Amino acid sequence: METGMNLGRELRDYVIGMVMALILTGTAFALIVKNDWPIRTRFIAIVICAILQLLVHFRYFLHIDLKKSHRDDLQLILFSGFIIALMVGGMLWVVFNENMRMM
Amino acid sequence: MTNPITPLPRLYPGMHLGETDPETHKAAEESVFGFWVFLMSDAVLFALLFAVYETLVRHTAGGPGAAQLFHLKSTLIETLVLLTSSFTFGMASLIMKFKRHIRMLQFVLILTLILGLAFLGFEINDFAKLTRSGAVPQSSAFLSAFYVLVSTHFLHVLSGCIWLVVMVIQLSAFGLDEMVKTRLLRLGIFWHFLDIVWIFIFTFVYLLEML
Repeated sequence: METGMNLGRELRDYVIGMVMALILTGTAFALIVKNDWPIRTRFIAIVICAILQLLVHFRYFLHIDLKKSHRDDLQLILFSGFIIALMVGGMLWVVFNENMRMM
Repeated sequence: MTNPITPLPRLYPGMHLGETDPETHKAAEESVFGFWVFLMSDAVLFALLFAVYETLVRHTAGGPGAAQLFHLKSTLIETLVLLTSSFTFGMASLIMKFKRHIRMLQFVLILTLILGLAFLGFEINDFAKLTRSGAVPQSSAFLSAFYVLVSTHFLHVLSGCIWLVVMVIQLSAFGLDEMVKTRLLRLGIFWHFLDIVWIFIFTFVYLLEML
């Protein structure tokens, strides 16, 4: 049955998402406990885990993909991402610059 | 009438009812898109609170810093509880879409609610511990920023929990009609969104400050 197959496929998506999210979360927490790597390496690895987990949640829980039919919404999300990057990036740049000058 | 053979357009991201309920699928388009617009403005709010936190995290005014205050274990428990609740909400969405079994749907929604409340409980416990050790919002710029960011997320999860209670009651009162379905679709997106915000909280607020 068509419906049954779709249910199976969508259920599989959630399970894949959950397993990947668990692996990424576990990796990020394990990197804190693991002391023999340099801090910089662990810092970058943890940030990469967070970004990958964001994408996993987008893809498997929120069902955001790059299919053409809902490009409008993809544009909404990308535009919001752009606004966030501008405001957060600009704020961090200006404030850290001010901090440096006040040292 | 909608022809069930031709695939229905997917005009918003998120769970689609599609062929299982073409009428509600169409009705959901506008309201869910509007909800996405709201969520994106909420995302801007959170992003700026994160930026404030990053700029103030070193300004501890001689008080305790992040590394002394935060504990890996409670953060891990909160993360796993919220992630599991995101998964159970996914299951609820699938039951709504394919099974349409109201009792089963209510059971999974209540399970999600319990996980959400457990998350809030662990956070209250964290806040209480911080307060007992003298780490209150007014003690430093770092702690002010921390409390504003984490409690904003806390209030979002709390309103999600209230929304879950309302939906469980509405399922009993109205059954699975169009209105209830589109509300559950929006609540699902909201709940998954809160879990995404939490990814950034445990990464940037907790983990990276513990390095």
